[in-house]
Amino acid sequence: MITAGVDSGAQNVRTVIMKDGKVLGKALAPAGRDARGAADKAYDVALNATGLAREDVQKVFATGVGKRDCEFADGDTGDLQACAKGISFLMPNVRTVVELGAEAGSVFRINHSGEVIDLTVNEKCAAGAGIFLETMARALETEVEKMADLYDQSKKKITLYAHCAVFAESEVVSLVHARTPKSDIVRAVLCAIAVRVASMIRRVGIEAQVAVIGGVALNIGFIKALEEELNVKITVPKDPDYISAIGAALTAAD
Amino acid sequence: MPGKPEFWRWPESRWRNKEIDWTKGRIITCGIDVGSISTESVIMVDGELYCYGSVRTGSNSTNSAVKAFNKAALHTGLKLENIHFTVGTGYGRVNVPFGNRSITEIACHARGANWMYGPRVRTVLDMGGQDCKVIKIDEKGKVIAFLMNDKCAAGTGRGMEVFADLLLIPIQDVGETSLNVEEDPPPVSSTCVVFAKSEATKLLRAGWTKEKVLAAYCSSMAQRVVSLIERLGIDEDFAITGGIAKNQGVVQRVTKKLGIAACETKWHNKEYTSKGFPFDTQIAGAAGAALFAKTLAEKEGRTNESQLRV
Repeated sequence: MITAGVDSGAQNVRTVIMKDGKVLGKALAPAGRDARGAADKAYDVALNATGLAREDVQKVFATGVGKRDCEFADGDTGDLQACAKGISFLMPNVRTVVELGAEAGSVFRINHSGEVIDLTVNEKCAAGAGIFLETMARALETEVEKMADLYDQSKKKITLYAHCAVFAESEVVSLVHARTPKSDIVRAVLCAIAVRVASMIRRVGIEAQVAVIGGVALNIGFIKALEEELNVKITVPKDPDYISAIGAALTAAD
Repeated sequence: MPGKPEFWRWPESRWRNKEIDWTKGRIITCGIDVGSISTESVIMVDGELYCYGSVRTGSNSTNSAVKAFNKAALHTGLKLENIHFTVGTGYGRVNVPFGNRSITEIACHARGANWMYGPRVRTVLDMGGQDCKVIKIDEKGKVIAFLMNDKCAAGTGRGMEVFADLLLIPIQDVGETSLNVEEDPPPVSSTCVVFAKSEATKLLRAGWTKEKVLAAYCSSMAQRVVSLIERLGIDEDFAITGGIAKNQGVVQRVTKKLGIAACETKWHNKEYTSKGFPFDTQIAGAAGAALFAKTLAEKEGRTNESQLRV
């Protein structure tokens, strides 16, 4: 059975086309001002990659904050359910899931059958969310993708005192003015987020394996900082930002 | 970024009381309030307001303190060595190189508000650049209790600056602009300034006017400040200090939500009013520090007479 999953997030819309538990194609489009158009675009690009047409897909399920904007979907599923479904299908041994998107983050524990048993959500504060990383990258005139390398180059551990993303931006600017090496500031930024996320994780409790998913999981520097903070090995699945979309496609197949 | 107008940037200021000849003063004291956004310096001659200066805090607190002193003392002939006692306050208080003592900004704002607004004030709301404090005080300006948010930009001047820049409205006009609506829209629902910013962008795209968006933001900021006040409890008279006290868009919404009027921004000292001294709510902390400096100078015998005797 061929199904599709659409994850309409705060910043990007991601789509996957799946057949019998295998991903055939995937695509991403920035949500921008037109979430509907973005969903259409991401869907068509993903289809193109597979050589399939819309008629070949038997069922489409949407998830994410903009799931109702996806007009071609046959149904929708909750963000949390989609994440849990996706991760437990791909990595059945994962018990603690950290999902970090652009604006919201959640940590939840799942049992062997993929049911959520405990959960904590942050959608109030940008500290600990993906947008924090982007703001900091801008203040440092670097890119999120380069953060991992800079993290490795850091020779000195410094602490970022501000909790708030807005205040942290000013603090980073002050550090730049004080000629602090960029690598040390990047490490401070990544460690600061790791501390926030770690406190969320501790709230629900850590049970191995621990997986990080969502767009922020692509930042290897952050994963390293989080491993250091928690002293726990962290697993990142392939395409960690598509887990919700995969979960939605799997739900469509049920 | 050269050429890009900076809407958040408020004008630095300076004022001097020309009636006072500082060389005839007995005790000259200085209060320096090194905040995270602005640094103020107040110089008093025998406890009377002589001059003040307000500058933007740079990345170096020490330099900012010196800059603020120089701004206040410009054209007065006053030099650092003429000051008998300096008290540093604010978040960079330990970095005032010429400070004789540092005192917390809570104590200084309390004392400053008592001096500016008078002894009837029991609750002070200080809305600063990177924090917001509610302070309960007694008739002498002594702190009884306080609550403070310095963790989150929501409800602080910094958050307002972010919005001034987003909407391309000079920071001094934000308050008035936000009052330019027929009816207050529902407040911005996000707490976090970063999220509120994206929410505001969406509202603008949906056709909201800048005025309406600002009204929604001022209203959400007021709500946040009010929840801080209500947690501590409020006794009248109620006075507001700090930079945001100049923002009528926030002040009017705070007092409306509280159902309590704020003290008029007018000197308790009638002479100051009649002489038209500017009532700058931003100098309350530095003024409190200068008053503490006077008490300490007297205690330690640091006055002009004692220097003559030496």
